[in-house]
Amino acid sequence: MNYEKYLSKTVMEIPPSGIRKFFDVADKDKEVISLGVGEPDFNTPWCASEAGIKSIQKGMTHYTSNSGLPALREQIAKYLKARFDVEYEAEKEIFITVGASEAIYLALRAILNDGDEVIVPEPSYVSYCPSVIMCGGKAVPAKCYVEDEFRLTAKNLEEAITPKTKALILPYPNNPTGAIMPRKSLEEIAKVVKKHDILVLSDEIYCEMTYGGARHTSFAEIEGMKERTVLINGFSKAFAMTGWRVGYACAPNEIFKQMLKIHQYIIMCASTNSQYAALSALKGGFEDDFAEIKAMVDEYDMRRRFLVKRLNGMGLTCFEPKGAFYVFPCVKCTGMNGEEFANKLLQESKVAVVPGNAFGESGKDFVRISYAYSLSSLKKAMDKIEEFVKKYKKN
Amino acid sequence: MDNFDNKILKVLKDDSRFTAEQVADIVGLSAKDVQKRIKDMEDAGIIAKYTALCNTEKLSEDIVTALIEVKVTPQMSSGFDAIARDVYQFEEVKAVYLMSGAYDLCITVEGKNLREVSRFVSEKLSTMRDIISTATHFILKKYKTEGVILDDEDIEQQRQVIL
Ligand SMILES: Cc1ncc(COP(=O)(O)O)c(C=O)c1O
Repeated sequence: MNYEKYLSKTVMEIPPSGIRKFFDVADKDKEVISLGVGEPDFNTPWCASEAGIKSIQKGMTHYTSNSGLPALREQIAKYLKARFDVEYEAEKEIFITVGASEAIYLALRAILNDGDEVIVPEPSYVSYCPSVIMCGGKAVPAKCYVEDEFRLTAKNLEEAITPKTKALILPYPNNPTGAIMPRKSLEEIAKVVKKHDILVLSDEIYCEMTYGGARHTSFAEIEGMKERTVLINGFSKAFAMTGWRVGYACAPNEIFKQMLKIHQYIIMCASTNSQYAALSALKGGFEDDFAEIKAMVDEYDMRRRFLVKRLNGMGLTCFEPKGAFYVFPCVKCTGMNGEEFANKLLQESKVAVVPGNAFGESGKDFVRISYAYSLSSLKKAMDKIEEFVKKYKKN
Repeated sequence: MDNFDNKILKVLKDDSRFTAEQVADIVGLSAKDVQKRIKDMEDAGIIAKYTALCNTEKLSEDIVTALIEVKVTPQMSSGFDAIARDVYQFEEVKAVYLMSGAYDLCITVEGKNLREVSRFVSEKLSTMRDIISTATHFILKKYKTEGVILDDEDIEQQRQVIL
């Protein structure tokens, strides 16, 4: 049977993730130290897991309202106000999704008409461009450079804008670079956004993971921006809850209504038990002033310092990332690009890192190293990488 | 002891082979400062020893460990201290703790085999003055010790590579 004629052209045109094959090899080999994962190595706070279990025991195993548990949305509103000074109305502007992933897709689905352009900073998380394409839009990269510490600059944004631009995806703190956007940079972006009258999807899933005194500023908090922002967030990273699949979207009511409509028809509601777990994670957080997040961030910070120092020391230059849990060193000094480097490192030294081009063309000379691993595993991996780099380094 | 000391200890307790320079990078101090802090903690006995944690299940020679509950008559002036000191003198004794609850001292003892440990208990320990009774529990298998899981069957969750 010739399936091609039955399948969606739009979907078929999306390239498959090349990286899967690479990690299928890495995952099979027990000796390989992987620095590839993008999820926390910490446990979900026990109070959250317990609430999830209890909810099952109590028979709370049915749908919730489409937009999610009212109590959870209230807690999220309280959390966003307390931690990031942004105000959303629980009932009219916040709803619960199956991870930030769903929220990203819904936001795009709700705003795009065929041919609309969406600006996607590069390098960035792999799901944005395919999602834009699936929603009938066109993804336009806005390159970010290591010279700017991988921040999106007003100038690079402006260059990517055309009359067809509908929205900008703003993914900070950034996966894979670890870049953050300080308030001043956000204000400059805001000016361009306003001038060209576009929307912003701000993916702030790493908002709790910032280091060195820099606290995350939400784009929705920049003056005049809330009305044109869809704020996307979730419990995966801040509460180490990746497998529970709970995220949320906050948006002006008119956008919220359209997003919720899609969510209602394709998802119904996020998993009930996961919502109870998330509710308890937030309540527990408020009880001890989010001590668990702080301890986790302190631990990430120690690993981050270690990696930055070791990598720069061996000649893989990397700027100091101030967010998320990744470092993004340049591997040019070995005469290889990121993909060659990653392949060879896997074969020869049995360490798996992610080639930077997985996150867009401009990441091609880099690799992504995750520090969601214990210090002692990172040490082992760094020793191996150092030996490998010594062998190939060109002066 | 301040927050930096705590962080230094946290790193070294997980892996004491981090160099002072590496620890300095991790906690954000100078190498010299870290060296001094480590030395101070060694001198103060806060860091008591650097060791290797062995998985006894995998050693070629057998080692038998027993946990012994001991009831004693405390002495007038020194309470339990004098007896505890007498007990910890023995090389076979790896740990001595004063306990709350149904008995007084908890002792761990290591030997090559059951007989060796039994002999220690019957000949050396239970004959000591002030020891009223002992109850010996042999450890059959160690699944986790000192925070390290030794169980090979441990189902390590495969973490997915998500970009
Ligand atoms: C930037 C970014 N956004 C969104 C997600 C997806 O998160 P969720 O688990 O909430 O779907 C990830 C996960 O790696 C991410 O890195």
